[in-house]
Amino acid sequence: MSDEYENKTGYQAQSSETISSGSGGGSRTASDIDYVRPAEVTDQDLYHGHSFITKWVFCQDAKVIGVQYFLLATFTGVIGLILSWLMRLQLGFPGAAGFMTAEHYYQFVTMHGMIMVVYFLTALFLGGFGNYLIPLMVGARDMVFPYLNMVSFWSFFVAVGVLLASFFVPGGPTGAGWTLYPPQTILEGTPGSGWGILLMCISLILFVAGFTMGGLNYLITVLQARTRGMTLMRMPLTVWGIFTATVLAMLAFPALLVGALMMTLDNVLGTSFFMPTIIQAGEILEYSGGSPILFQHLFWFFGHPEVYIVALPAFGIVSDLISVHSRKNIFGYRMMVWAIVGIGGLSFFVWAHHMYVSGMNPWFGFFFATTTLIIAIPTAMKVYNWIITLWRGNIRLNVVMLWCLGFIVTFVNGGITGIFLGNVSVDVPLSDTYFVVAHFHMVMGIAPLMVIMGAVYHWFPLVAGRFLNETLGKWHFWLTFLGAYSIYFPMHYLGFIGVPRRYFEMYDSPYMTSAVGMNEFISMAAFIVGAAQFILIFNIIKTLKTGKPAGSNPWKANSLEWLTPSVPPEHGNWGDKLPVVHRWPYDFNVPGAKEDFITQTTPPSDVVGTEVEKT
Amino acid sequence: MHPGIIFFLVILGSILFHIFTPWYWTDIASNWGGMDDTITLTFWIGGGVFIAVCLFMIYCVFKFSYKEDRKAEYKPEDKKLEKILTWATTIGVAALLAPGLIIWNQYVTVPKNALEIDVMAWQWGWQYRLPGEDGKLGTTQVININDDNPFGINLDDPYGQDDVLIQSDLINLETNQPVKILLRSVDVLHNWYVPQFRAKMDAVPGIVTYYWFEPNKIGEYEVLCAEYCGIGHYAMRGGVEVQSSIDYKKWLSEQETFKELIAKQQKIEFENKKIVKNNNFLLNKEIYKEE
Repeated sequence: MSDEYENKTGYQAQSSETISSGSGGGSRTASDIDYVRPAEVTDQDLYHGHSFITKWVFCQDAKVIGVQYFLLATFTGVIGLILSWLMRLQLGFPGAAGFMTAEHYYQFVTMHGMIMVVYFLTALFLGGFGNYLIPLMVGARDMVFPYLNMVSFWSFFVAVGVLLASFFVPGGPTGAGWTLYPPQTILEGTPGSGWGILLMCISLILFVAGFTMGGLNYLITVLQARTRGMTLMRMPLTVWGIFTATVLAMLAFPALLVGALMMTLDNVLGTSFFMPTIIQAGEILEYSGGSPILFQHLFWFFGHPEVYIVALPAFGIVSDLISVHSRKNIFGYRMMVWAIVGIGGLSFFVWAHHMYVSGMNPWFGFFFATTTLIIAIPTAMKVYNWIITLWRGNIRLNVVMLWCLGFIVTFVNGGITGIFLGNVSVDVPLSDTYFVVAHFHMVMGIAPLMVIMGAVYHWFPLVAGRFLNETLGKWHFWLTFLGAYSIYFPMHYLGFIGVPRRYFEMYDSPYMTSAVGMNEFISMAAFIVGAAQFILIFNIIKTLKTGKPAGSNPWKANSLEWLTPSVPPEHGNWGDKLPVVHRWPYDFNVPGAKEDFITQTTPPSDVVGTEVEKT
Repeated sequence: MHPGIIFFLVILGSILFHIFTPWYWTDIASNWGGMDDTITLTFWIGGGVFIAVCLFMIYCVFKFSYKEDRKAEYKPEDKKLEKILTWATTIGVAALLAPGLIIWNQYVTVPKNALEIDVMAWQWGWQYRLPGEDGKLGTTQVININDDNPFGINLDDPYGQDDVLIQSDLINLETNQPVKILLRSVDVLHNWYVPQFRAKMDAVPGIVTYYWFEPNKIGEYEVLCAEYCGIGHYAMRGGVEVQSSIDYKKWLSEQETFKELIAKQQKIEFENKKIVKNNNFLLNKEIYKEE
């Protein structure tokens, strides 16, 4: 393909430009108003796999890699889900599971947290959606480094393997809490302080290494491999979200990597990066002079951007879903882009709001409370723009839209409780209580999950060529949304009572006995919500073969991923002609247009007489 | 059922839950009522925004649900509206931040007359140390800690000799007397937290951290460890008894000082040595006899 084609179009464009300047802006021809700058580099052919192994296992097609990431992350997520069931069983009905010791409980808490944040949400949004959608949405044939992309997935695979292997080593997995705070992480009072934490650190190091390979791919593909006419300000917000999140990940993960390495050295070689003089069981250990708070700074310098590494792709995706299914342009596109970039930038200056009562210099509190509450402003603007997009739209109340509405409710709820916790002196009574647990599950657990689910129902017809079952989808949505809301909304009030998090048992403290009933209720809801997720798995298996065929562009969307010559798209995405982009992806219900959508590839000469905004 | 109705019921349910919840703050027993007030203010402003956003969303869902012949509005931007919303949000955020920072300023500014209390944490327990008549706590070091010197007080520090040692996880406080809690840990992170006092801070091995409060309600309270510290975390409890001035002074006078502890231990040691000597004497005698 086709130097010939490129040369031809390049020549055409060149000639139409001459005509335009020659005619002095008088009567403009179709090729004149449809002019798009020629491509800067010629199209290149890809490596096509031939055997089963090169096509489906060690595959270099970003779409297959995306699905691989998606499946492995989901598998890991199901393990995280089962762990949460076991925890809720203990909290709601202490002693009901005979094998549950405090040791196991803390191991499950730790693995649940780490799996869900890193190996499920991060891998799913960036590895899964990023791989599948970036090349399609920017009009590229694939990621720019397909081989590296393949290695990225397999590093993730090994990282998950190492992580799960820690369940089977002596002492079991680490029970240090997902924050892995030293010194307790590597001391004997914590379960898995030997093998468990070692494997956790190795797994994280592998994950970061693999993720860096993938992340470089996403960045360079967005920056260098966009098709003709796809300017940065014409990219779907999904790509903006994933792109910015990847920039954050590239800057934040090294801090985690360094922290994990230093802790491993403390653990294995007996260095004292994070270890001061310590007495344990009456014995003075051979550490001295290290700083436990240093680790916390490193961890949260990663950990807070990590929240936005999960949230920004969700913001981007949900913007696109709301726009498509409201049949209306996303309101304030430019502000949405700058809000994503602004939130991304600010997210590096708020990390110590996780450490208000950590014993760091208390004067930091003023700075970090201010930056934290400033970040609420662009975030609030995004929320306003989502609901204004609904305003005077033509809203399809299908399953995809339901997930989006569920996202708005849970995200605003979790965002507001974030203002409680970010406001330093309000954080003092609430930190380390169930208020925090409720807050972060609502805002970075449930809300992004709502977006993931919406995205699955939205893009499944593209990936599989068939619709998911709508009735099952509604059951799935309502059970998940109502169930999750009734888990986390009341849980905030446990925090008000003062119930601390990470308690294996509440005992019979006078102000905690009243929490017993609520804990039982929350646990029941958690069992139902967890079980409801299997509806989706059943739905996928069922519709893969027998679902309603989707055909091309079933949602009448504008963005490029729906405009491939074949559905599902094949390796190389675009057949022999790369698409040429003429507009942003949000031209819905343009006054004067015949249909209620104008795809990104529609040239202006096809929609003469419409009042489109110049994008 | 129209989805909008269910979403509306969720919002209504949330409001009703908040009004009628039996789960709420424990009665405050310290000076940090300002924290509670800021939380209440945040509830009003934040809760108002939450309700407004959700109700607007529900209204849109009812009013603009899909009709074949409906034409959605095409209006990519509205500079004026965006500006108004940005400023309104900024003002709301500032209104919440200001009281938050004012109270934080009080939190980090310890009153001059605060009584310093050394709270020492380990896996998994607490013990306390109060200054003696000199009003100053002696300096400590982890490596000094042993059976004779459970707090690791530097023996050459004159301030340390009269320190009052409380080798128990229960401590008494005087009502309306501000206290500065000096936290230290000999192993991992801990956090000395009494929900009724609202305040908390981590104990970090290697450094001394602090916070202050003024208990103002006589009664007994439970101390919880609020920073995960290993398997025993959930069981790491303690107790505080807030007493009237008279009761407190009586309690204080019954406590042992470091000097007294040393003297007691020396006495025990001396007697131990005496026993050893006597034993040796008897032993020698027996050996002598056998010979």
